[in-house]
Amino acid sequence: MELIGTTKIDFMGRRKLAAICSTILILVGLSSLFTRGLNWGIEFTGGTLVEVAYDEPVQIAEIRNRLQSAGLADAVVQYFGTSREVSIRLPVLAEESAAEISTRTVETLREPYGEVLTEQSGNREQQCFRDNAGPVPCMVQMRRIEFIGPQFGEELAETGGLAMLAALGLIMLYVAFRFEWKFAVGSVVALAHDVLIAVGIFSLFQLEFTQPVLAAILAVIGYSLNDTIVVFDRIRENFRKMRKGTPVEIMNRSINQTLRRTMLTSMTTLLVLLALFFLGGEVIRGFSVALIIGVIVGTYSSIFIASPIVLRLGLSREDMMPVKKEGVDQEQVLP
Amino acid sequence: MNRYPLWKYIIILAVIIPGFLYALPNLYGEDPGIQIAGVGPFVTDQNVLSQVERALAEQNIEPFGATLDASGIRLRFADTETQLNAKDVAQDELGNDYTVALSLLPATPAWLSALGGAPMYLGLDLRGGVHFLMEVDVEGAVDNTEQRYVGDLRTILREAKIRYLTIRRSPGGGIDVKFRDELQRDEGRSVIAEELAQLKLEDREREGKPSIHATLREDAVSEIKSFALQQNMTSLRNRVDELGVAEPVVQQQGDRRIVVQLPGVQDTARAKEILGRTATLEIKLVDEEHDLQSAMRGSVPAGSKLYPHRRSGQILLKNRLVYSGHNIVDAAAGRDQLNGTPVVHITLDSRGAEINQRVTGENVGKRMAVVFVEDRSETKLDEDGLPVLNEQGEVVKLRTRAEEVITAPVIREQLGKRFQIEGLEGSAEAQDLALLLRAGALAAPVDIIEERTVGPSLGRDNIEKGFQSVLVGFLLVLVFMFVYYRMFGAVAGLVLIVNLVLIVSVLSLLQATLTLPGVAGIVLTVGMAVDANVLIFERIREEIRNGNSPQASIHVGYEKAFGTIFDANFTTLIAAIVLFSIGSGPVKGFAVTLSIGIITSMFTAIVVTRALINLIYGGRRLSKLSI
Repeated sequence: MELIGTTKIDFMGRRKLAAICSTILILVGLSSLFTRGLNWGIEFTGGTLVEVAYDEPVQIAEIRNRLQSAGLADAVVQYFGTSREVSIRLPVLAEESAAEISTRTVETLREPYGEVLTEQSGNREQQCFRDNAGPVPCMVQMRRIEFIGPQFGEELAETGGLAMLAALGLIMLYVAFRFEWKFAVGSVVALAHDVLIAVGIFSLFQLEFTQPVLAAILAVIGYSLNDTIVVFDRIRENFRKMRKGTPVEIMNRSINQTLRRTMLTSMTTLLVLLALFFLGGEVIRGFSVALIIGVIVGTYSSIFIASPIVLRLGLSREDMMPVKKEGVDQEQVLP
Repeated sequence: MNRYPLWKYIIILAVIIPGFLYALPNLYGEDPGIQIAGVGPFVTDQNVLSQVERALAEQNIEPFGATLDASGIRLRFADTETQLNAKDVAQDELGNDYTVALSLLPATPAWLSALGGAPMYLGLDLRGGVHFLMEVDVEGAVDNTEQRYVGDLRTILREAKIRYLTIRRSPGGGIDVKFRDELQRDEGRSVIAEELAQLKLEDREREGKPSIHATLREDAVSEIKSFALQQNMTSLRNRVDELGVAEPVVQQQGDRRIVVQLPGVQDTARAKEILGRTATLEIKLVDEEHDLQSAMRGSVPAGSKLYPHRRSGQILLKNRLVYSGHNIVDAAAGRDQLNGTPVVHITLDSRGAEINQRVTGENVGKRMAVVFVEDRSETKLDEDGLPVLNEQGEVVKLRTRAEEVITAPVIREQLGKRFQIEGLEGSAEAQDLALLLRAGALAAPVDIIEERTVGPSLGRDNIEKGFQSVLVGFLLVLVFMFVYYRMFGAVAGLVLIVNLVLIVSVLSLLQATLTLPGVAGIVLTVGMAVDANVLIFERIREEIRNGNSPQASIHVGYEKAFGTIFDANFTTLIAAIVLFSIGSGPVKGFAVTLSIGIITSMFTAIVVTRALINLIYGGRRLSKLSI
């Protein structure tokens, strides 16, 4: 079976259009980043996140009131997935030891049911004591608590940014070593392009930027690079093989030759990512969204951004010739 | 053409067969069980095992697969209800000298365990539990040491009969010792230098008087810091052990942080209470010469201080410390032999015992107070909830000290090495107090800077959802590959299964923690692993289109794709390794599975598919390929 036949699309001819599109996308993303910023997850801002599940649907307003009367006025209460599951976010409070807030929140929510948690660790269900009458399954199940100290959050954001820069730097070195510096610049510009657009979309739609999302964006770097390298590899090969043809023609041909593979791989990856998005649950959703955006943008950039940059930097046939050695016939070196 | 030599097949089998073997333990699941470990000097041995088994047999509870090794006793039960009952029975039987923890024990068959097989180690987000990241206030430890040196300096100079004016801590750090004249300063310096080698001494002028500015040497400071961390680790380990949690993790992270993971713990409140505290006891004499009422009105006599009493009101104590919690060797909750009220039995070290004997001997009939001192350390925040920084850009820590008199009994007789504290509110309080005292005072205050708790139901959901999405994503890719590449696609799909098995077996062998982002990493690898095959297969199609023979096309396709696959995977591996080395927590888990996945998928997609293709097509005349 074949979905895409042999193509002869003039990708390089559309490089200006692509550059304009990308610039607009990046500018929109950047302006949103500067005006609205990112919706940082609590691991970066510091604070407390409590997730609880009820036996039956609950009203958000009711929970908010209860927390308010318990002195937790700044609580942000939201449904999380279904109307039985609720997430509560609390900022770092000045007057209270932050690590105790999560405890107090869960206790406040259990109070109206007269529930006290029993300490039966290892047991897969939480058991509560209600009205001194033996253990019963809890009405309010504690699902997840996360507390991050304010300073630690900043540190995480810093190391995350550092990781991204370090990854980009190392990749650039490797590509320069394996190919040529122009390719290195082309691939890194394409990667930066992907990261900027992905982060921009997260800012534009105010999607929560959590640690798994950061990991996903770093994975996008790896993935998009994969695509770019495959195209570059073909360009190098064709430069050596084809005696005629301008760089534009050779690049077009290389992109067309690898197009089927690029589309297929993106498709299989998207298939699993969609499975992850729909079936992986709320916790992993942000992660899959970031990767889905990244895979689409990464595929686009390896075709429309990476190669034109290399062209722009003035790639010539000489750059691609293997280093000649004294006394060795060049034909032997060629594949 | 396209035939592998025998040794290549042997190598492939030598990888795949152990791969399947070590992935196998994951199929067996886990049994509900209990884990018994000794506290302090108590060890678990055959006697303890038979004792527990006898007690269980009396209640008609039948364990199976009992094991006994250096880490303790493990017993398995048919269901969780029996497990819960068994825990209570075992704990009652063994008392406080042993901890009995509920646990899920891998049901790996013995022959497989003997080969080192074990199921994957699931992270807390998959099995439920608490994760704490604690920061040790190492500066606080240095601060305490400096404070102690102030006292030491006084004693040393007094004993050497050298007169000094004042000994004060200087605001910028260090200690200033002020002398009347230079002669005394020189004498003082030589005495101090001899006695306290850890101090760096500098001559200075303070308010026109010759003085010595003493600071801790750098190596001494770093030693104090690392000691503070080590001591905290030890104390935390003791406390965690006493919480009765199976498979707890207490690990150092960086030079000032400690990770504590308590799988299966549901209620974090108690864990936090016990882990986050630094508590010690101070034993002081009650000031009975002065009037409490007038002290409460504001005229506190010099040398004494008012303390709140746990029950009610206040009490006037002498400032002089008789001895402190550092001298306590052991503390155990129990009941008073006469009236049955809850008490804590305390055992002192020889120095503490000596002081105790002397002081109580001199003060029979008077009252001695046990002061419970709790140090808390918190990040100081401004009104906006942001941390306050000092001039060096460091976070300011608020250290608060809560002092409370637990009890102030009359000394009935001369006490020695062993005695008991009475006047506690209940047996639960006695338990907690004993636990805190026994675990030892922490050398420096700790601050919980990160907490992650995953409830058991969410953990189970995460496993189910993670497994489901791997399965569905996997099937989708499998079907797609088969439809698109037919025979070659089927081979790629089959190899994808092998790849998955290899990832699982490497994770099981390394006992690397599998987290939910880790599962996402596996899902992503499944998507990307076929990339190598897509590259190869597209190349083969291209070669066929160019009019090459099927055999030559296979050969050239693999040959040419290899360089591309290697470069592409290697760069992704770079990204994964950077993620691992810099990232934390969830990011690390993702990086681990991604790295493992890249390596196994390179092997399976290039070597194993080739082997299968060679088996199917190699060495015969072909007119057409099913691709």
